[in-house]
Amino acid sequence: MAGTGILFGTCHARDTRPSTIAAAHRGGSGRFAAALRWLSVCVAFLLLTACTPPAQPGRPELVVFAAASLTDAFSEIGARFGEEHGATVTFNFAGSQTLAGQLTSGAPADVYASANARQMQAAIDAGRIEPADVRDFASNGLVIVIPRDNPASIGSPADLAAPDLKLVLADAAVPAGQYSLQFLDNASGDPAFPPGYGAAVLANVASYEENVRAVLAKVTLGEADAGIVYSSDVTGTQRDQVQLIAIPAAVNVVATYPIAPVADSAQLELARAFADFVVGPTGQAILEKYGFDHVQP
Amino acid sequence: MSNRSEALTRTRVVPATPERDAPARRRGWLLPILSMPMLVLLGLPLLALLLRVDVAELGRNLASPTVLRALSLSLTTATAAALLALLLGTPLAYLLARRTFRGRRLVDTLVDLPMVLPPAVAGIALLLVFGRRGWLGAPLEAAGISIVFTPVAVVLAQLFVAAPFYIRSAAAGFAEIDGELEQAAALDGASDFDVFRHVTAALAWPAILGGIVMTWARALGEFGATIIFAGNFPGRTQTMPLAIYLGFERDLDLAVTLAFLLLAASFTVLLVVHWSLGRRP
Repeated sequence: MAGTGILFGTCHARDTRPSTIAAAHRGGSGRFAAALRWLSVCVAFLLLTACTPPAQPGRPELVVFAAASLTDAFSEIGARFGEEHGATVTFNFAGSQTLAGQLTSGAPADVYASANARQMQAAIDAGRIEPADVRDFASNGLVIVIPRDNPASIGSPADLAAPDLKLVLADAAVPAGQYSLQFLDNASGDPAFPPGYGAAVLANVASYEENVRAVLAKVTLGEADAGIVYSSDVTGTQRDQVQLIAIPAAVNVVATYPIAPVADSAQLELARAFADFVVGPTGQAILEKYGFDHVQP
Repeated sequence: MSNRSEALTRTRVVPATPERDAPARRRGWLLPILSMPMLVLLGLPLLALLLRVDVAELGRNLASPTVLRALSLSLTTATAAALLALLLGTPLAYLLARRTFRGRRLVDTLVDLPMVLPPAVAGIALLLVFGRRGWLGAPLEAAGISIVFTPVAVVLAQLFVAAPFYIRSAAAGFAEIDGELEQAAALDGASDFDVFRHVTAALAWPAILGGIVMTWARALGEFGATIIFAGNFPGRTQTMPLAIYLGFERDLDLAVTLAFLLLAASFTVLLVVHWSLGRRP
């Protein structure tokens, strides 16, 4: 029964904080249901804390929710920031939608870095982010990626409309997917591309992958003849395994990444410091190394 | 609503009087209390999901093409995987139940492996065999047959991950059948196949049915191997779990509707099987 005591103790402690979680849940079903929801949040919280490796004693731990496309750059930024500020930075890398969903459901976090404004807005709407705290810190363009041996002989973006081609895109649920569709839309209205370009390309889609890394993996393996990803997604060893075909700036879609401290963070100072660090010279230099572009302030 | 759920949870924890095991007729509360944490952990997330479902929303989402396509694809592929498991798994299960041979432990382990492997590993492994550049995939591709990104890939992924549930259950069922019964039937002139069909399989049917349903349910829930090996294309390879995952990223209400449907389908089938096998649900 000791475990139950701890459980309720935790619930009570968390209950005293003004919460956005209860507001995020729609439709009340009485106190019992509300209590159950609290209990489930508490259980989830307990499990989460139990699974996190213990931070070094005396070192504050900063939990950063960051878009999957930031994995490499932010891992390096996190290490540098940790050294300079004597903190342990723990990342939760996932699709921005997943992260926004987790934030909306009340997941504890200190910083949120999204791959698009829409998912940052979702976190703002849920009351987890102060709109005034949001800053754009990087941008990133789309690029066509093909296997090293280029089995479908693709030489330009126009070739994506060739019949019997296997193309993989990111699903429209993730930013890269939305941007890919927008690029096709832009290209369809551009005289440099053949008429009906967008429809012809979409007819070639074999799969809408759940994230950009999966798109890249399918192309690297040769399962797909081509894919569309962010330029920053093709990093390290993958650069040798695939070829890149640039998408003209006129029809390309540039993704802008916003970052902000989570408003209810227990260590708001440190969270702000991390956002400053990302926007600052060291953060920007690391981001550039991984294929991201600067954002004009 | 709350009173009803409260009543439901209460009836759940009332200890069932054991009718069959007379010596175990004990009424202590310690065991039920000790069982609570596990039950709560199993039941609470499902209950939370159930309470999150908006009935009006449910009706609207049910009619959406995404839901209908995902549901029908899931039901067809899971059923195909279950039937294939029955067809291809039965000889293997019978072999494991009746014969001792060199390397038997290896085969046993191999059958167990997909149950413990992360499904993502299964997906990658399947790609390496059936992918365009895979061992079998490359010759098939040359013959004009591609598997990745098709419903066939969905079924293969489900079969790989879920068939061991059937094989294990059926093998255990076969092993329980007295070999003398089979010998007696054989002495009466029945062929090997007739012995299997009318004696072994006829007596082991609860294990066979239980196993096939577990395989079906596991196939219905398959996610990791499917998304890696078959990709995600609505109506072609987007099963319910994939639609739920992507729905979670796009529209939480849609995801909850899909999750509720999947839960209801799995729960109903498992309950029916538990009943038909004469066990307590």
